[in-house]
Amino acid sequence: MDVLDKGIEKLGTDPDTGYASFRLGSFTFRRDEYFAHVSWPKGSQIIEIDRFLRAMVRDIGWGFFYGWIFFDDIFGTTNHYGTVDIFAGSYDRGCKDAGIDLLETFPAETVAHAFETISRDWISEGYDPLNAPLETGSPIGPKGKERTDPLLRAFIAADRMLGLEDDKAVRSDATGHPINRAFADMAFDAPEIECEPGFEGQLHAINLFDHIARSDVTWNPSISAVTRANICCVTSEEHMLPVIHGNDRNEWFIQLSDEIHWNIADKNTGAPRGRVVMKAGDVCAMPADIRHQGFAPKRAMLMVMENGTPGLETRYASGELKPYPVDFS
Amino acid sequence: MAYRTHVGALDSYEKGVIELDDDLRKYAFSNIFEVAGAAAPFERVAVVQNLDYVAEVMRVEGDSPWFAAPHDEFATVMDGEVVFHFVKLEDGQKPGHEGGAAQLGAKPNGAVMGKVTARRGHQVLLPEGAAYQLVSAKPAVALIQTVDGPVTVKRWSDICTLA
Ligand SMILES: [Fe+2]
Repeated sequence: MDVLDKGIEKLGTDPDTGYASFRLGSFTFRRDEYFAHVSWPKGSQIIEIDRFLRAMVRDIGWGFFYGWIFFDDIFGTTNHYGTVDIFAGSYDRGCKDAGIDLLETFPAETVAHAFETISRDWISEGYDPLNAPLETGSPIGPKGKERTDPLLRAFIAADRMLGLEDDKAVRSDATGHPINRAFADMAFDAPEIECEPGFEGQLHAINLFDHIARSDVTWNPSISAVTRANICCVTSEEHMLPVIHGNDRNEWFIQLSDEIHWNIADKNTGAPRGRVVMKAGDVCAMPADIRHQGFAPKRAMLMVMENGTPGLETRYASGELKPYPVDFS
Repeated sequence: MAYRTHVGALDSYEKGVIELDDDLRKYAFSNIFEVAGAAAPFERVAVVQNLDYVAEVMRVEGDSPWFAAPHDEFATVMDGEVVFHFVKLEDGQKPGHEGGAAQLGAKPNGAVMGKVTARRGHQVLLPEGAAYQLVSAKPAVALIQTVDGPVTVKRWSDICTLA
């Protein structure tokens, strides 16, 4: 597979809206007051700007996550852990049949830099795509003053467990993370840890719900605890996952509070397969051959279990591993 | 606007729905409280399996056996209050199996490290090198992140929604 190493180029600035347009490989990116326009030699796609920016900043923040990130049914990225594909129509039956799809591969840093450059130019003060829609302004309209604070934040990755000495801290008032409005009805207390002399620091526990309730971002998992390559991620979810995720491995959802509705479709064609509504205490696998998108009517707490074993993506892709996790026999 | 957060409990939970034009076994849809409600105390019933890794539901009611694993495990309390007791394992007592929790015959005679009292939403480290016991006078529920091991119970056909 060819890897294109030419970085993002600025093409010009729209004199009316003030937004810049860009080229990366054969893809061009332009925005107007309401929409992002992605074009490639044989086609183009229009994406509502809020959706586009919510997807783009998460895609970079996640380091392109596991597998496929669809901004919509047509446009997205695939992570190869070192390189990243940008595709248009490659996993859409209509585009494939018409022969207008395009996929190009870049070093991951090139795509991260490109997406950050586009986001930086297209996001103005007062709008933060990591926040829930009720907690931020709107991205529509002409360009305003550019934000100067970091676009990406809150990707907390514990090495062993949150809150251990020498590991990442849990969120608190002191770290600038008050309890979110949607969890203000909950009572939060701390576990009691009583160490015998000589064992101080060896026992550990946190209020995980308190940590999640203080998250100021949505659809933005962070790592809470790690058993070998098994990664426990937690996240608060409100409104909609602004991407459709097609994993390159099996992943698991554990609904900790409230409910999330998941739409499920075939990973390769996008053909709908149905839906799963998860309520508190529900556990559901997301197989490796589907794509899924979540909808949370009220801010909800979700735990996600990922297997971070290196090289799993090629073992699933080759068919060595089955695209579903449990053997019922 | 005031929000009302819904969490589940052993005696009050509502399972969601799965409506798919696909083999439902691929999704292994279960509910932690339903699994704990039907389990014997201290069974470690797998509800998540990711190749070698599992998450197990445990109904905690009374004093559990002592367990130890050759790696860190993590327990999240989902209902009730659980006291976790820890004993340091001597080098000769460390588990020799590959992964997951093993059940010990009795409380190991190492140094007492201390205890952790945890309630709903608390996540507790079960550190490598320690044996642990879970205690609760009233039925409680823990979800344990670990490796598929010698006492992991698999009853997927019983716990999963299949139609
Ligand atoms: Fe996902």
